Amino acid sequence: MAKHKTPLLDQLESGPWPSFVSDIKQHAEVRAKNTQKVNYQIPVDVCDDILGILELSFKHGRTHWKHGGIVGVFGYGGGVIGRYCDVPEMFPGVAHFHTLRINQPAGKFYKTEYLRQLCDLWDMRGSGVTNMHGSTGDIILLGTQTAQLEEIFFELTHNMNQDLGGSGSNLRTPSDCIGQARCEYACYDTQALCHFLTNQYQDELHRPAFPYKFKFKLDGCPNCCVASIARADMSFIGTWKDDIKVDQAAVKGYVGGEFKSNAGAHSGRNWGPFDIQKEVIGLCPTGCMKYEGGKLSINNRECTRCMHCINVMPRALRIGDERGLSIFVGAKAPILDGAQMGSLLVPFVPVEEPYEEITEVIEAVWDWWMEEGKNRERLGELIKRQGFQKMLEVTNIAPVPQHVQEPRHNPYIFWKEDEVEGGWSGDINEFRKHHQR
Amino acid sequence: MDIEAAKKLIVEQLEKKSKSKSKFYLKDFYAFLPDEKPRTVKNLVNDMVAQGILEYWSSGSTTMIGLKGTGKQAAAEDEA
Repeated sequence: MAKHKTPLLDQLESGPWPSFVSDIKQHAEVRAKNTQKVNYQIPVDVCDDILGILELSFKHGRTHWKHGGIVGVFGYGGGVIGRYCDVPEMFPGVAHFHTLRINQPAGKFYKTEYLRQLCDLWDMRGSGVTNMHGSTGDIILLGTQTAQLEEIFFELTHNMNQDLGGSGSNLRTPSDCIGQARCEYACYDTQALCHFLTNQYQDELHRPAFPYKFKFKLDGCPNCCVASIARADMSFIGTWKDDIKVDQAAVKGYVGGEFKSNAGAHSGRNWGPFDIQKEVIGLCPTGCMKYEGGKLSINNRECTRCMHCINVMPRALRIGDERGLSIFVGAKAPILDGAQMGSLLVPFVPVEEPYEEITEVIEAVWDWWMEEGKNRERLGELIKRQGFQKMLEVTNIAPVPQHVQEPRHNPYIFWKEDEVEGGWSGDINEFRKHHQR
Repeated sequence: MDIEAAKKLIVEQLEKKSKSKSKFYLKDFYAFLPDEKPRTVKNLVNDMVAQGILEYWSSGSTTMIGLKGTGKQAAAEDEA
């Protein structure tokens, strides 16, 4: 029988979707029975108490968790997030309930053997409850006690070749899409660059270096499967410079109904025959395509690589061959000042080891933000406060038309006095004689 | 920079403010050593944590740093 009555949580199980409440109840039962004879190092009823504290929070309409603390593992300033319960007498199983962030492998490729090892470790030394994966990308292990932290860290690093991820004012664990491992759209090897950045910036990942969090996310193409453009302080999005490759016969195949659009992704319902004019040409954001006389033509100079046409007709259209990535800066979630999407900083850079063109930009941005950023100010907020032009100055990047969304829309590139012949000198009084204020 | 002198200065500054505050942002440490680059100060502070002079406090999103043993301690953190 359940340790705590949870009528409000039980209601959550009644919906059509799988419920975390059912999962935790199931695991509470597994722990109580312990048929595997696990040598539990934290209270056996931890999962019962998770449900109990959640039910109480629902009842009271406020949280009973206290977030944060000095807990951690030796030498690391991140990867462990302290959490305590403010009613430990009622729920002793979750009196300490620390979170561990584990650095996921690039592309999130695992062997089942590794996952089994990880789950065994977490069943023994933690609650057994995980979040695969958190929005950071890490493997999140939810709920253990202080005495277990060093034990888990030792096991991970010595026997599983596994490191912790980033938290706090650190570089957060770099996170990437599955990339060229399985995707024909990937314009660069996201896993190689993600792995390189993780190793290159180990110090920043494990020891607090910044005014606040800093996230790298890497997407192989503008489809942005890890949503880097919306979430990362610095996002690396694959792109290409030359033309989209067109197979005209395959285009006709789509028009004639031989191939299903979007690779059949929307075939669960009858949407009628494929209409290239409505579904591709008419939806091109730059209007750079036309389909006339059975031939598709693209004005590639105007194309912004939005990927829509390629996604709809993947057999007919392919990404170009001159591939690299664009760097965007300043995206963030809406804690302060509202959500921001990334702004384009570097339109195109080839992705080649040792990635010096990329690390140069990263380090210049960090130097500026470490010097000028206020406490708890994200890079995107600093860019807003000091201006994008300042960002260009510190990274030594010359303004280009791609930095401006459209003329007179976001004119954050201004002339400076020394760039203008004759400077600013002029007699304001003389000027006012002819121009009213 | 004389590293030992810088460490001493940091400890003195933190002790001076310890009545009103036990945890500080990394940026506060830059102000203690205005002639040093942020990166140098960051390395120094992280060294002092490794040596057990300072300690981190993390909310999960932000990290603060204080003298080891000041403020609420690990053993007492689970107390309300």
